[in-house]
Amino acid sequence: MKGILDQNRKGIFKTAWYFLLVLPIFAFFLVIQSCNKKESTAKEKPISDLSIYNLPSKWTTQNGQNIEMKDLRGKVLVMVMIYTSCKSACPRLVADMRNIESRLPSDVKENVKLVLVSIDPEVDTPKRLKDFSIENKMEGDQWLFLRSTEENTREFAAVLAVNYKKISPMDFSHSNIISVFNAEGELVYQQEGLGVNSDATINKITEESTKLN
Amino acid sequence: MISRIKTAIFFLLFISSLCAQDVNMAAIDGGTFVPLYGATNKKPVKVAPFKLDVYPVTYEQYLAFVKKYPEYSRSKMKGLFADKSYLSQWKSDFDFGKNNLSNAPITNVSWFAAKKYCECQGKRLPTMDEWEFVAMADEKRVDARTKEEFNKYIMSWYEKPNAYANPIGKTFKNYWGVYDMHGLVWEWTADFNSIFLSGESRKDKATDKNLFCGSGSVNATDLMNYAAFMRYAFRGSLKANYTTRNLGFRCAKD
Repeated sequence: MKGILDQNRKGIFKTAWYFLLVLPIFAFFLVIQSCNKKESTAKEKPISDLSIYNLPSKWTTQNGQNIEMKDLRGKVLVMVMIYTSCKSACPRLVADMRNIESRLPSDVKENVKLVLVSIDPEVDTPKRLKDFSIENKMEGDQWLFLRSTEENTREFAAVLAVNYKKISPMDFSHSNIISVFNAEGELVYQQEGLGVNSDATINKITEESTKLN
Repeated sequence: MISRIKTAIFFLLFISSLCAQDVNMAAIDGGTFVPLYGATNKKPVKVAPFKLDVYPVTYEQYLAFVKKYPEYSRSKMKGLFADKSYLSQWKSDFDFGKNNLSNAPITNVSWFAAKKYCECQGKRLPTMDEWEFVAMADEKRVDARTKEEFNKYIMSWYEKPNAYANPIGKTFKNYWGVYDMHGLVWEWTADFNSIFLSGESRKDKATDKNLFCGSGSVNATDLMNYAAFMRYAFRGSLKANYTTRNLGFRCAKD
């Protein structure tokens, strides 16, 4: 009896040992597989070729909520890339965003999300983004602050054609571009520069919003 | 038991040799250097040790990738990720045609495609600093940037059209054992979109005076600056979905 038990135990030991060796292989293939993942099929019509909703990256909001870009589908998006510790250009970019927001009629506004994406994910935690939104009186539902990994941020900047570079632990240079996306996530307009006239941007937002009503 | 372990180990080795992409990678020790562009106040930039593909990615390798991930084939590729000239030199989705050598570097690929290719090999694109660090080596020296022949070699390539049609590995093997950093194709880097050029259409970017030093004269240092300037200026002109005939890539790994 004891002999049989011993043998069984030995068998189990062998299997476990084998598993230890084989497990990493499976893990490896799982990693490779993840590259293979097909994007989940959209509920309505398929996402268009030029849509930012093709991006699989995950983002965290100022409220600590995890989202993907495609969760924003159906809204007109006004997007800008900033970092909260920025002293020079960003306050003006943020002011431009607020100016655009204040000039949108309320029936347009309800179709719009104004999105500020951090290029400094290390410093700009959800809490910091939240504090920033409060300080700058950007607390309404139309305001969204996002951050992700450094790599996803670099990719998103590539999509917006925003260039940025860390020039010191606290500072970045970056292009000052405000981008407008239609409800399908396609880029329809870009406003470049600081403190420029936003009329064309507002017209474009209004035009895209009208299509939704 | 022992024979079982032996089999298991053999099996493991077999699998790892199948998956090993590190075979054709060179170990780069890392170090510090002052790049033409990107160092604040010309302070040296630190490059941590990493691995870099010995050669740029070839047609044959890219075909295997496209077969495995058909969403990256020419007709399926999304406009967000590549412009219309993506793989336009190919005959069809899964045939690069007779005019392209299987061991020539793949070109007409966007940054998104290059990035994805590397990720699917368990690798990544090299950063600009990593790429430039390796590219400053000639056959014998880690930093040959001040050598006149080295710069003349690079400049003479910039003047030659159609080098992209040549097979990989025909230029020199550099100090790190890496080929084709100069003389074959331009290459994507992970952070190509971190360059700010003054005098281009986007009005609001910070400028960098380093980029405009010494392009008028012809001593070795100026040639060196000019060669590097060409690369940075080229990168600065790119967008992530652009594809061109002389722009390829290779992968890196931590």
